[in-house]
Amino acid sequence: MAEGKLLLEIVTPQGLVFSEEVDEVTGTGSEGEFGVLPGHVPFVTILKIGMLTCKRGNELKIFFVNWGYAEIGADKVMVLADSAERSDEIDVERARAAMKRAEERLKKAEEVDFKRAESSLERAVTRMQVVELRRLK
Amino acid sequence: MATLRDIKRRIKAVQSTSKITKAMKMVAASKFRKAQQRMFELRPYAERMNVILSGLAGSVEGDMHPLLAVRPRKNVEVFVVTSDRGLCGAFNTNILKAASKHIADLRTEGFNVTVSAVGRKAKDYFKRRNVVLRNSWTGISGKISYSNAQEIAVDVIESYTNETVDEVIIVYNEFKSVVAQKVVIARLLPLAPIASAEADLPVFNFIYEPSIEEIFGKLVPKNVEIQIYRALLESQASEEAARMSAMENATKSANEMISRLSLQYNKARQASITKELMDIVGGVEALKG
Repeated sequence: MAEGKLLLEIVTPQGLVFSEEVDEVTGTGSEGEFGVLPGHVPFVTILKIGMLTCKRGNELKIFFVNWGYAEIGADKVMVLADSAERSDEIDVERARAAMKRAEERLKKAEEVDFKRAESSLERAVTRMQVVELRRLK
Repeated sequence: MATLRDIKRRIKAVQSTSKITKAMKMVAASKFRKAQQRMFELRPYAERMNVILSGLAGSVEGDMHPLLAVRPRKNVEVFVVTSDRGLCGAFNTNILKAASKHIADLRTEGFNVTVSAVGRKAKDYFKRRNVVLRNSWTGISGKISYSNAQEIAVDVIESYTNETVDEVIIVYNEFKSVVAQKVVIARLLPLAPIASAEADLPVFNFIYEPSIEEIFGKLVPKNVEIQIYRALLESQASEEAARMSAMENATKSANEMISRLSLQYNKARQASITKELMDIVGGVEALKG
């Protein structure tokens, strides 16, 4: 492994999404955002629905991560996620439709499905944020 | 004896049957490849999950997790995975037979048995029998996704944690090879104790956020999801493999039948020609007279 690099691995039940060496990783942990540079202290956290970005040189890659677990070592970041999508794989139209559906369900406020609707809203919004961010960069 | 036309009609019928079975075999083959692919895709995740869990198990103290705790057994749930569609040889029969036998055994040991079923075959089977069907999921075989497994896991975990059931046994077809599936009867809950990582591994002082217990508590149910997902995928691949070989056999028998009928047809044709010839010869002889 090259000196001063991080190996970022993103694994989901649908397979290995990403496995490359990068310079820098940021993610959304349960206690807030965190950044990782090579030489980080060993660190384990739960990832919420959110963004995960990594930088190599000037190249920035953005991922959408749906619940996950991250184990961070000095030269390695391992992410186990329920699902993960690269920003260019996200279907914006679908996310928008999902957002509408979820909002409608939340308005009705049926308690049974409240949690589900809430988290699907969160997913949709985060997906759209990811796409937005990619357009800006 | 069957007339020529009858035989011809039968040959046609068998021919179209063999066309259908051949097509079904092809479809099953492509579905099988997909299912197998997904089984392979799950592997890296499952392996890493095990590494992490065993790493954590060493650091968590006390009663590790309610899903790991063994309670005295009273109510046992049998979780049966079958397919929605038939025409796949003995695939479903094997599973249902094994499950029924296991249920009967558990009953003689004095446990209350409930059943939850994946697939229409299991649902219909147990509905007709004297069994408490607690829950069932149909319409997912053929298009299993991870969220199906999550949905099932939530239900199973809930019934375990609120003590409706004290043990969950999973019965499914494990994929061995294209020609062999094995019925597996295994305990799903309580989870088998997770062996902690070997002591001579370097112990890092990890920072845990939020806390190690919370992380462990989230990963254990995840592990149940993964096990269910794996069973569903195994069953899926087995189903398509079983269908493939069933359809292959059906095509073979149809072709055999066609060749037998053709032989019969030719014999009958020859007989009728001979008969006609005899008639003609007989007529000529009579005219001569």
